[in-house]
This record gives sequence, C-alpha cells and structure tokens, in this order.
Amino acid sequence: MAMTVNRLRVNPITCDGRGLCAELFPERVRSDDWGYPILDPKPITPELMPHALRAVASCPKLALSIDTTES
Amino acid sequence: MIDPLAPMGSAGIVLPSIGPAQAEDLAAHLAHYGPMPMSSPADVALIEASGLRGRGGAGFPTGVKWHAVAARAAGRGVVLVNGVEADPSSEKDRMLLTYRPHLVLDGAIMAARAVGASEVVVAVNRQAVDAHQAIRAAIPERRERLAIDLIDAPSRYVAGEETALVHFVNGGPARPTVTPPRPFDRGVRGRPTLVQNAETLAWAALIARHGDGWFRELGSSAAPGAMMVTVRGAVAQPGVYELSAAATVEDALAAAGDGGATTLLLGGYFGHWVDRARARPLQEVNAGVLIALPPSSCGLTETARIMSFLAGESARQCGPCFNGLPALSSAIAKVATGRAKPVEVERLRRWTGQLSGHRGACHHPDGAVALLRSALDTFAGDLSAHLQRGACRGSQSPSVLPAAKVQDGWR
Repeated sequence: MAMTVNRLRVNPITCDGRGLCAELFPERVRSDDWGYPILDPKPITPELMPHALRAVASCPKLALSIDTTES
Repeated sequence: MIDPLAPMGSAGIVLPSIGPAQAEDLAAHLAHYGPMPMSSPADVALIEASGLRGRGGAGFPTGVKWHAVAARAAGRGVVLVNGVEADPSSEKDRMLLTYRPHLVLDGAIMAARAVGASEVVVAVNRQAVDAHQAIRAAIPERRERLAIDLIDAPSRYVAGEETALVHFVNGGPARPTVTPPRPFDRGVRGRPTLVQNAETLAWAALIARHGDGWFRELGSSAAPGAMMVTVRGAVAQPGVYELSAAATVEDALAAAGDGGATTLLLGGYFGHWVDRARARPLQEVNAGVLIALPPSSCGLTETARIMSFLAGESARQCGPCFNGLPALSSAIAKVATGRAKPVEVERLRRWTGQLSGHRGACHHPDGAVALLRSALDTFAGDLSAHLQRGACRGSQSPSVLPAAKVQDGWR
C-alpha cells in the first residue's frame, strides 16, 4: 500500500533567512549561524502537521513548502 | 596558445601524442577517425551498453540521461554541449574543443539524432579563445539538417552547472535555478534538453564508430572506457593525458613524470585532498583532475587560495553560500597564515557541519565544504603546527594552482 510522506522543503534562492520557520517549527527547523534554516529531512508526523503548516503559512518570502511523496 | 599544458603521453585515441597538436578541419578529422555512421534512436541503447559515464564531474550514466531526454523530446529537443569547464585546474575540455572540434560535434549531432533533438548549442567558456576559434571554424564545415549554434558562456565557476547554463542560454544570468524542473524535462526555451560535457560527447562519437565492446575493453567491467586526465603540480610534464578508466592515480602520476608528491588534490577545486597512499582509482576522480602537492608547499595555504576563489564565485543567491563561503574562506586564511586561535578552528568545523547537506540551489557550497573538510583531515598535523607556531615555511612557496584570471560577469 502506498504511504504518503511529507517533508519540509525550502527554496534557497527565495529564502531570506527571516527565521520564522525555526521559531514556529523547531521540531524540524533550526537556524545556522547566519539565521538561515537547516531543515531536518525526517518526515513530518501527523501530530506535527499543524505546526508545519503554520510555519509554511508564516514565511514572509513564501520560500517554505511541504513536499509530499508516495513511498 | 595552450601553455604550459600540452597534450602528450596519451594512449592516442582522442589526442595522439604524435606531432604537434593542432585543430583538425573536417578533412583531417575524417582522415583520422573515419566517417561517422548514420545515427538513430538506437544509439541510446548503444551508449547505455557502452557504460559511458559523464566526464564533467558528476559521473552520471550517459545512457540513462539520453533515455530521459529521448522519452520527452519528440523531435523538438535540444542538445547543449557543456564546454564551460570553469574549474581553473581542468584543461581537458578546452583541449578537446581546440584540437578535435569535429569529434565533439560528431558526438553532439549523434546525440541529437538519438534523443530526438532539432538543435545543437555548443557553449564554450568565453576565456577559452582558442577553443572558440576552433568551434567557430568547424561549424560551417558541417552540412547537417539541424541548427548548430555557438554560444559564449561566462567563465564563472557555477556557470557550468546545468541549470545555470540553461538559464544563460535562455537569456538570463549564468546562475543556477531551483530544481525541478531539470533540463531533461524543461531546458532551453522550455524544451527537453540534453546537457552533456564535451569530452563525454567525443567518446560517444568514437563508440558510434567502433562499438560499445571496443569502448568497454579500453577499461574494465567496473570502469569501462578511457578518460582524459589533467595532471598538474609536482610532476615533470604537467598536461592532459588519456588513460584507461581502469587506471589508477599512480598510473596518471607515472605518465606525467612522478615528482614524489605525498599528498594529492583529486577532482580539482571541488575535489578532496588525500594522502597518496589512500588514492583511489582514476574513474572516481571528478572531471579527471589530479594536482600533486609539492613536498615544499603548505596544503592549508593552497586550500585557503581555493576557498577564496570559490567564495568569490558564489552566485550570491542562497544564504548558506553567500554567507557561509566567505566565512569559511576568511577562517581558513587565518589558519593558513598562522593567526587563528583554537576556538576559531572549532567554529570553522561547526560551520562545515551547518553548511553541508545540499542547502543551496546547486552544489557549490557542498563542493567547497567537502574540499575544506578534506584539508582539515589530511593536513591535521600542519593544522596543529600552525596553531602552535604560526605559519610554516611552505606558506611562502609559490602556488601550485593556476594563476587567477580576471573575474568574469554573469551574462
């Protein structure tokens, strides 16, 4: 049976390093020394999904998205 | 003039060692290699069977790439010949384009017929003036039913990255773009595009003439074929050599006149420093670039020079690259000149961790970080000596790296 896997993805060209994602979703995002996001490639679990969606919606540059793949 | 690197000592298939090398016009090319058989979509399977891999650095199986474009092109694809070779330490594509322009064009035209492309674009590094002249003279000699264009590519390190090159051909700056789409899906003017390194196409043209078995037998089952290798640094005869893909790094050093180096930079500016005892098979050396560090040189100082170059070559689009690379570059420069404190080396290591893991649109930060990490490992002894006693005498030695050129623009 196909399983859906969700992961964060950032467009590194659009990203401006504002840092909201790391603040709103520390379970999968941390900041580097310059404030740019380092994404954890671990799948987003269903209970974390609301936080992930909030981080995506809050990005002022619309650089963050959720990548859905079938596995 | 191609000084000081001249083709020599090669096995002689692509660049014969006999006589002075010069650009072959179409008549000389045909006399040398014989006529090219008619190409067709069946050539995708031929290339796949040959085991040919991309010679631009990534080593991707060429047949798989041709397949991907062929499945989408439907006669309207584009073949984009990548002759940017922006790594200052690599010379082999420039050499091929300069001396064997028709062999590269043969491969490009073959690829176009195989994958269903109506157009060939040859992108040559605009600082490679001799290669330009050769291709510009060669194109009108061809009578093909497809358009062949020559384009001046900026001499920027990331301009040879396939999305950057497509971006440039499409009228933009030669900076990478985010993927997807990949060029095989949507490339030049939105068409499925095969971006292929010049050397890879030259080998494809020879496989068309002699067969996939002939090519495989030049190497081994694990490393089929032959490859062009640029050898420089502490060797008697720096130059571009042609060796079996199954040859070893030791074979390449022997061909160029072993100068007794104990440390090597394999793969050019995106490469890895290794102790010679741990050197790998030639096939694993990115783009076939091998630099032998003279025993009198300081590896940390050479690394600082490369890092400074790579930081300056950032397309300045992605935070991890435009923030990270200048920071790494300044930190390793302090280490090299013996002014760094241990805490700064710790910070440098932390940064290499933060900046790895494909955080940019292209692999520019990854390549720079990998080079730096290999330097910190390979020159660990020198590193502690620099921390305790300041810069070593080797840091005053002349650089083994090619002299920096004037920095190019993005368009």
